[in-house]
Amino acid sequence: MIIRVLGEGQYDVADHALDRLNELDSAVEAAVAASDEAAFGAALEALLDGVRTVGVPHDLDSLDESDLILPPPGASIDEVRAMLDDDGLIPG
Amino acid sequence: MSIMKRMSLIFRAKANKALDRAEDPRETLDYSYQRQLELLSNVRRGVADVATSRKRIELQLAQLEQQAGKLQGQAEKALQMDREDLAREALTRKSGLAGQIDDLKTQHAQLQGEEEKLVNAQQRLQAKVESFRTRKETIKATYTAAEAQTRINEAVSGIGEEMGDVGMAIQRAEDKTATMQARAGAIDELIASGALDDATSQGSGDDIARELESMSSQADVESELMRLKGLSSPGAPGAIEAGAGDTSDVVSSETPQSEGEQR
Repeated sequence: MIIRVLGEGQYDVADHALDRLNELDSAVEAAVAASDEAAFGAALEALLDGVRTVGVPHDLDSLDESDLILPPPGASIDEVRAMLDDDGLIPG
Repeated sequence: MSIMKRMSLIFRAKANKALDRAEDPRETLDYSYQRQLELLSNVRRGVADVATSRKRIELQLAQLEQQAGKLQGQAEKALQMDREDLAREALTRKSGLAGQIDDLKTQHAQLQGEEEKLVNAQQRLQAKVESFRTRKETIKATYTAAEAQTRINEAVSGIGEEMGDVGMAIQRAEDKTATMQARAGAIDELIASGALDDATSQGSGDDIARELESMSSQADVESELMRLKGLSSPGAPGAIEAGAGDTSDVVSSETPQSEGEQR
């Protein structure tokens, strides 16, 4: 499947690697729920590193949609919340 | 996987919302392509804006570092002249600058990071726009309007995701740059007002420079006097370098030599 890390690009990730990524994603979700900025930063970084490790960059000129989309590296909890609420993600 | 899933859903919903604009689906292709080109030029402008801010900070850094260097030089000179009080004052001012220099260096690194991200975003979008253009021509040439619909949707939402991503990258870079520009403006004002120059050129800080100057001119006068008296022509430049505190040593060390000449 294709996973996009916002601000970074798309990665091809083998399905069997998803379990591990799911664990990492749970940590991110828990940190958002607890509004724990420090834990969130570390958990997000771990998740993105996980994607970079198990994934390979998807063809740059492909027009494929991603199956999953992740926040950009260095994002704060507020930014992620804004992305989930805000209308401004797609220009126009 | 909820964060990932929610983000994906929202992205897709927005890409699709931006999609159904034209009566003839093939017009959607041209419309989307138009927007892609606009976004490309936006991201190029974004790169240029961030680069301008980065260069401004580099300029400020150079100015502040030059000031710090000047103060360091003054401190050394003051010490040579046995004026620890002046040296301390110069070093105190220098350490005040050091904080601002560190701050600017951090901002500089952040802007460099943003610039890199935007350049990468531009490259990714460029590749996809090129690919979209080819796909667009193929779809228009090969398929009837009805058949084309699915393929158009695929192509447009595929690139719509990239466009959303790039649009966000531009937004983030703009936000960061705006904050830094405000701070850079404050430092520019500080530099222009002479508050930072004070230590070396005008206003209250003039004292160090003025005192050092008057002291070194005294030393110059002394060494010139001695030279005129024929006492120390070889030692004159050294006397200035050694500083006022050493003047007596210079005199005493050269006395035996002149005595030797007199004999």
